Amino acid sequence: MSFSAILSVALGAILAENFVLVKFLGICPFVGVSKKVDTALGMGAAVTAVMAIASLFCWLINAYVLVPLNLEFMQTIAYILIIASLVQFIEMFLQKVMPGLYLALGIYLPLITTNCAVLGVVLLNTQNDYNLLGSVIYGLTGGLGFTLAIIIFASLRERLDLTADYPEAFEGFPIALVTAGLLSLAFMGFSGLKIN
Amino acid sequence: MTVKKTFLQGLLANNPVLVQLLGMCSTMAISTSLFNGVGMGVSVLIILTCSNVVIALLRKIIPSKVRIACFIVVITGFVTMVDLILKAFVPALSSSLGVFIPLIAVNCIILGRAEAFAAKNTVLLSAVDGVGQGLGYTLVLTLISVVREFLGNGTFGGGILNGGEGFRLLPSEYPALLVVLPFGGFLALGSLIALVQYIQKRKTRNNGGEAIAK
Repeated sequence: MSFSAILSVALGAILAENFVLVKFLGICPFVGVSKKVDTALGMGAAVTAVMAIASLFCWLINAYVLVPLNLEFMQTIAYILIIASLVQFIEMFLQKVMPGLYLALGIYLPLITTNCAVLGVVLLNTQNDYNLLGSVIYGLTGGLGFTLAIIIFASLRERLDLTADYPEAFEGFPIALVTAGLLSLAFMGFSGLKIN
Repeated sequence: MTVKKTFLQGLLANNPVLVQLLGMCSTMAISTSLFNGVGMGVSVLIILTCSNVVIALLRKIIPSKVRIACFIVVITGFVTMVDLILKAFVPALSSSLGVFIPLIAVNCIILGRAEAFAAKNTVLLSAVDGVGQGLGYTLVLTLISVVREFLGNGTFGGGILNGGEGFRLLPSEYPALLVVLPFGGFLALGSLIALVQYIQKRKTRNNGGEAIAK
């Protein structure tokens, strides 16, 4: 892959094709862990790490185990098992090294397993036929895009709690969704962004 | 809990999307035409019912420490089957839903029902719960799809009725394309949940005897 191709994949994953706001992947943690900027940052970092590492391992398993054995139809199951064990590993790592972050993420840490952004990125890697480097870059930048979106969204929500005046019925989830919608409208401004 | 009550719970009172707030990603992402909405809803209905039955059958064998991993393997097995069946028999749906079919494997509704219901109840009740919750999901998905397709495209039943064209209800210069874009997904689901919360709040207020008109 040439440098410009990598740059174009990266820019696409972070801005124009943002995983959360344009592709609708990973909405649950996006809404669930975005009440505070600190926790949002931690979640973003954890998801980015899982997405990049999962892209690497899934590519290797797919290229060297599934394809030679003609087992491509097992991709979804193989990928999800890889992701689940990765998340388990990261959970143990965080518990040991960063217990503060571990407690703050709480239930959402094991739930990264069922985060559709992670399974989504490895499935898209396969679908788009990216090579090893391309897959890892796509996973990493996709995670960065997720982090960017969740941090912006968390800071918006912090302000929303303090100042905004909205109808009672919109309290909680609905107003968060409407805010996310406006954010996605802003990100649509990046569509068509291309590097030749 | 009776069979009838379990079934009705999933449809309205404990609707997976509107009340339990599960399965957001797929609800917003694919609800752009009637064909997508119904296709996705029925796929989830089938997978949810099958996985609920199998998990209820195995609920005494699966050790509780590794239950989530076991649930995921069962669910993903059914997802793979449905994915292959759709690819073979309904390729149009398969290509229009794309990556969201394999992603049913991580749909919170299915894992959520496995954990909250099928792991604790009998096979019959779990099957009924699967059908009820699946229908509740299909209902919401169809509703959002119809509204978004009408406002964003001006048609009804695109991809399936009238030779795939759908029936045109609005002249083509009126629809707002924005509604079928991601923004419309967020807005439509947000408004629908707000409506449900509004009804719930009014109900509790009336029951409390303090129905004050605002």
